[in-house]
Amino acid sequence: MLENILRTLPQVLFDGITLGTVYAVIALGYTMVYGILKLINFAHGEIFMTGAFIGTAILLAFSSLGWIGTLPIIILVLVAMFLTAGVTGAIGVGIERIAYRPLRKAPKLIALISAIGISFLLQDLVRFTTEFANDGNFYLIGPELFKSNINVPLSKMASFLSDASFKTSFLFVLVTAVALMIILDVFVNKTKWGMAMRAVAQDRDTAALMGVNVNKTISLTFFIGSALGGATGVLFAVQYGTIDPYIGFILGLKAFTAAVLGGIGNIRGAVLGGLIIGVVEMFAAANLSTLTNHVIGAEYKDVFAFIILILVLLFKPEGLLGKALHEKV
Amino acid sequence: MKSKKLLVIFSVVVLLLGVLSGCGSKKTTGDGSKVIKIATQTPLSGGSATLGEAIKLGAQMALEERKDEFSKLGYSLKLVPYDDQGDPKKGVSNANALCADKDVYAVVGHFNSGVAIPSSVVYEKNNVPMVSPSNTALEVTDRGLKTVNRICARDDLQAPSGAKFALDKLDAKTVFIIQDKTAYGSGLAEEFKKAFEKGGGKTVGYEGITVGEKDFNGVLNLVADKKPDLLYFAGTYPEGGLVIKQAREKGIKCPVLGADGLDSSTLVEIAGSSVKDVYLTSVAGDATKTETGKKFVENYSSKFNKQPESYSVYGYDCMQVILNALSKSIKDNGDKLPSKEKIRDAVRATKDFTGAMTTVTFDSKGDNENAKVYIYNFEEEKYPPTMVDEISK
Amino acid sequence: MWAAAGLVLAVLLPFAASQGDSYESFMDVSTMVGIYVCMALGLNIVVGMAGLLDLGFVAFFAIGAYTYAIFATPQANNFLHFMDFPLSGNTFWLFILIGGLVASLFGVLLGIPVLRVKGDYLAIVTLGFGEIIRIVFNNMDKPINITNGALGLSSITPPTLFGIQLLNASQFYYVVLVVALLVLFIIRKLEASKVGRSWRAVRENEIAAQAMGINLFKTKLTAFAVGALFSGMMGVIFASKQTFIDPTSFTMLESITILVMVVLGGMGSVPGVILGAAVVTILNLQVLTEVSNWLTDLSVNGGIAIPDVLSPSKMQRFIFGLLLILFALYKPKGLIQEKNRIVDPKKFTEAGENAHASN
Repeated sequence: MLENILRTLPQVLFDGITLGTVYAVIALGYTMVYGILKLINFAHGEIFMTGAFIGTAILLAFSSLGWIGTLPIIILVLVAMFLTAGVTGAIGVGIERIAYRPLRKAPKLIALISAIGISFLLQDLVRFTTEFANDGNFYLIGPELFKSNINVPLSKMASFLSDASFKTSFLFVLVTAVALMIILDVFVNKTKWGMAMRAVAQDRDTAALMGVNVNKTISLTFFIGSALGGATGVLFAVQYGTIDPYIGFILGLKAFTAAVLGGIGNIRGAVLGGLIIGVVEMFAAANLSTLTNHVIGAEYKDVFAFIILILVLLFKPEGLLGKALHEKV
Repeated sequence: MKSKKLLVIFSVVVLLLGVLSGCGSKKTTGDGSKVIKIATQTPLSGGSATLGEAIKLGAQMALEERKDEFSKLGYSLKLVPYDDQGDPKKGVSNANALCADKDVYAVVGHFNSGVAIPSSVVYEKNNVPMVSPSNTALEVTDRGLKTVNRICARDDLQAPSGAKFALDKLDAKTVFIIQDKTAYGSGLAEEFKKAFEKGGGKTVGYEGITVGEKDFNGVLNLVADKKPDLLYFAGTYPEGGLVIKQAREKGIKCPVLGADGLDSSTLVEIAGSSVKDVYLTSVAGDATKTETGKKFVENYSSKFNKQPESYSVYGYDCMQVILNALSKSIKDNGDKLPSKEKIRDAVRATKDFTGAMTTVTFDSKGDNENAKVYIYNFEEEKYPPTMVDEISK
Repeated sequence: MWAAAGLVLAVLLPFAASQGDSYESFMDVSTMVGIYVCMALGLNIVVGMAGLLDLGFVAFFAIGAYTYAIFATPQANNFLHFMDFPLSGNTFWLFILIGGLVASLFGVLLGIPVLRVKGDYLAIVTLGFGEIIRIVFNNMDKPINITNGALGLSSITPPTLFGIQLLNASQFYYVVLVVALLVLFIIRKLEASKVGRSWRAVRENEIAAQAMGINLFKTKLTAFAVGALFSGMMGVIFASKQTFIDPTSFTMLESITILVMVVLGGMGSVPGVILGAAVVTILNLQVLTEVSNWLTDLSVNGGIAIPDVLSPSKMQRFIFGLLLILFALYKPKGLIQEKNRIVDPKKFTEAGENAHASN
């Protein structure tokens, strides 16, 4: 039994990290908005989904222009990501202006309602547009950009392992995602704007007194979070090839879970949480039936992920990297 | 004080409901001809909306083709599309709403067995016959309701046919079964496992995935480790296409077998070149071989500007079955509209109907006796696949 | 006043509809309104009164529904051999209570470990719990077939009252009405009791509440248990009304919908929540369907050419989303706000004594 698990472990890790990276970058968007507004931005999953569609549309346009194959693919994808990030960032700012800002003084949960409303709207808007442009089919299939697989001959190194392989797009996704996270981390911790964001997150009124433009800072947070979400959407579309207007819900849910697991409001925590959820899920799907002798199987992978989350929160209620808040009276 | 407020609320709710129920019930026609409404109940929003809409469009096409025939008899046909959202609650409340409309004589639907089962209880009370394009679960007709019919094959016909083909023609000794944990996938997977093991095969894995996800590498790692002769996928094409694609990327070379849920041009788009060596079972005949089939594909694509899905054919044929029964019972009744019971029985009495791609004879339970299972193979990256075998009951 | 309200619901409402063809359809929607009102009232205790954000509330509904469905179908024969199932429809009345208590038990079992977790962390834990329950029900067809998995449980025995089987929505309406009035009565009593006041105190300020001698843990746990109780009871009624249940009825979207009812109506406000639940249910089950049918009619007869891609029949969720945003923007405090009742000192001591007596 153990040797079975060990044999496939490298492959499970590759796949888990791929998925985990996607969760991690989406989780960043949740965590940033939560950090600054103490608001669960339920529409963030849909922004990710919208980004995936815009990015795929741009890539399809490149493909019909004949650029794919002539220009380097990495440049094209980066251009698509950049454009998409701009658009989804603007959408994020717009959503904040229309649906959240008027409610800033209202009870906290009411913003949840408008967030759910926005989710439904975005889902259907994207769906109708896609159906309109894509012969009535809302499944959108992007051009295949990274065709080759890289094989890692692990069995030669150690006989108890079997070979692992991954798509070349995995490397691209990983490198881009890590770059995005580093840029974000530097931005938040080292720049003036980042300092403003941290100040608003800590105490909005005091920050305003200190000369921070609170509205602008919040808009900026939404822009960055949504731009990251959109860019991740493009990465996702490149890695998995097929997207539909309903991917935002499931992925958003997982990413949100990841953000909480890592300690919501904490950027590094979101990344850690995303990776853990991705790997745990992949591990559970591949090994649950071996571990339990076919009593339960891969269909319980989400149960497994949620149980780990609940256990972590029981012993560390503020998440893995979250700071324990001491309540003041 | 507070009670007064409560009273106000109750009254508002009552009024709201009352007004709505009032405006929902009365309908008059413009030109004096009696309206006959046929409803469709399929998911038009949410994850399975493509499939639900395919059924609706197929039904719509059949209805529009035969409008003239019915207006000669003095009736105007009308389609009322309902969106059941794949939700049993919504399905039941839609069923109640459409049964309340005295002009609705039949229903094409549902897509999900889980919605069809509770909704059909309502149809049964109101004698509104339903003809299902896609409910394969045994329980749908096994309850012996007079109104429930289906033109597709039951799980216990389709899955064993697939198993037989796998054992005899594909020489599969071992199978890894992946199902999507919906009523459709579970029923199919269970029946396939039973039949395959009875025929001497061995199941080396039996796992479930989650509908709507895009990454199935976890389960596929297990498949790669077990190296089966055959991968059986019980589910629909959005997940099926990705399972096939990701399996091939993992170097899983064995043939993949599925059922009518995979029968779609989108499967080929999603899976790309990986679709080679994928087999599927279906009750739909080969559209490229028959005249009616070719005509259907042509008309459909020119009318709606898209390729038909397998479910659009089923939707089309369901509607034809209903309209045939309707016109026959009108003629038998001296050109007057008979009671709903008569129409219900006329639908059940359907015999040797040849539609665009299916032939239909309902047995006493409403199952399609004629359902023959065809096996198709994707030999290259194109849709439709080629027919390779034919298995009768 | 209460009698008058009851009269409206019991007589006027069915009467208002009785002449139309759509009587059954209308009563079906009314029954669903009743079911959702009770669930929303249950969640209102947890979210509105005690301030604990619960995103997996539908789990308790599912537990109640499955408790009845498993024993009211031959399903229970798969693992229990000392009796012959299905049980008769007479047991339904007992099961309303059993279903509620089982759900309540799960509420306590969940609450004991997770109530240490606070705020939005609690939200995600309850969300996880809701998903776990759904996935487990979806997969408990092996190794022992308990829930019949994704295929669901069908032909659930309808309730029997004095030898008559209740089959129609118009009959269920009265069952729901009686239970709903009971729930309302209990909630009204609880609201004014010591427990009700401690819930609010905990919601407003945990530390201050603690300083006043309120046992935080016990107070939160009661909120969980009572909320789950109502939800479980409604689950039993739902299962018997639908005669079929499967895990697709208990998704996370359902939990969110119930939460929307509570927040939209006005958190903590009982009349508000009733109105919120009624509005959302009627919108979802009736109005949106009618509107889209009307639009379809218009596009067929009225000569307005709407391309198939934008067919109104699939616009329901879109319109619902739009309405949610409008509601949130124009009624940010809910339809009817919670009022801090001015305490009548005489009533106060009376209620306090009652609460003591019941403790």
